[in-house]
Amino acid sequence: MAVETPYEVLGVKPNASADEIRKAYRKLAKEFHPDLNPGKPAAEARFKAVSAAHELLSDPEKRARYDRGEIDESGAERPRYSYRPHAEGAQGWKYRPEGEADIGDLDDLFAMFGRGGGAAGARGGSRGGGRSGEGFSMPGPDRHYSLTIDFVRAATGGKERLGLSPSEWLDVTIPPGIEEGQILRLKGKGGPGFGSAPPGDALIEIHIAPHPFFRREGEDIHVELPVSLAEAVLGARVPVPTVTGPVTMTIPKGSDTGAQLRLRGKGIHRRRQGKEVTGDQYVTLKVVIGASDDPELAKFLEDWAEKHPTDPRHAMGQGTAQGAAA
Amino acid sequence: MIGVDELVRRFAELNSVELARWIENRWVMPESEGERWVFHEVDVARVELILDIRREFAVDDEAMSLVLRLLDQVYSLRRQMRRLCDALEQQPPEVRDAIRRALPTARRDSA
Repeated sequence: MAVETPYEVLGVKPNASADEIRKAYRKLAKEFHPDLNPGKPAAEARFKAVSAAHELLSDPEKRARYDRGEIDESGAERPRYSYRPHAEGAQGWKYRPEGEADIGDLDDLFAMFGRGGGAAGARGGSRGGGRSGEGFSMPGPDRHYSLTIDFVRAATGGKERLGLSPSEWLDVTIPPGIEEGQILRLKGKGGPGFGSAPPGDALIEIHIAPHPFFRREGEDIHVELPVSLAEAVLGARVPVPTVTGPVTMTIPKGSDTGAQLRLRGKGIHRRRQGKEVTGDQYVTLKVVIGASDDPELAKFLEDWAEKHPTDPRHAMGQGTAQGAAA
Repeated sequence: MIGVDELVRRFAELNSVELARWIENRWVMPESEGERWVFHEVDVARVELILDIRREFAVDDEAMSLVLRLLDQVYSLRRQMRRLCDALEQQPPEVRDAIRRALPTARRDSA
């Protein structure tokens, strides 16, 4: 979690008076003073935090600088987020004024170019706008958004809500198998048009949050599945998560780490270039011994290893077998 | 990327009620991630800009809308200009020279 603010450390409001801050500090300093709490490191740490908070807040200059975000809780300078490089960088497009031309469009400048400041709108005509006797019409601006969705939603598709402001939402239908960086266009959900022209579109760039265990390759899903030593040696039926919910899979007797099993049709089901395609899920087994300090298992393995000398590193060349016996 | 809580904690001058109003006014446009707002660096910089303007020039909400609109127009023009300059930069030397010659020299007495 985030670091406590000095106000939180002292338990006062951010608009507390100097007097309130001093009182809060005295009370806490007494409570946590190391001399009154011998052998309690937690109290000592708290005392230090309280002292540091008081030092910062009791100095009006420092307190003002902290309030402005210029220094952090420890009094160290914070990097200033100068707005200008952001405004002029790639991210700055987000805050362009409504009605400004699209990215990739220099409409405003081209409208001036070649017409000596004359009538605008020749290009606008191709987008349904243009000028007429009654007044000016211009299609509304497109609006750009980005939306981060989770891995499973991206795989299976579904509805997402994109918040535009605390009271305004866009419902977005995510097609199954959507890819990172793909842009969805919602027609007519952009800025309003001028005059009789239609509104612009909402362009939503989709980002996919990584999943703790699923990985995607095209339409196929890959997952590493931990199995116990007993399951690997004896075989078992185990539940396996898929993007559409858990299924039961048979681990063949005598499986090993790295073995890959395929769940046909359990990948992503989507339309691509007009055709229905369905991926598979690939499950790679990973044997997890778990109870490796189990004396019963150790005892069994001692006997067993003696009768079955093996060298899993034989392919790595000479000299590696030595370690196995030791 | 940070959330509302972290942003409000970072700027003691800022509270979440007014931040919500700023988002509503589209002064700040964080990304929505499900039910929560996510602020990118550009958004944090913009919050800081608004706080600076409000503190240094005692600007109220109504005037702030105007100030931000004008600032956005300036930055928009600068971005457009940058793109035009980049395009000119890619032209052959004779085209660049021709444009340079065609640019009227700014003279003090021209106004």
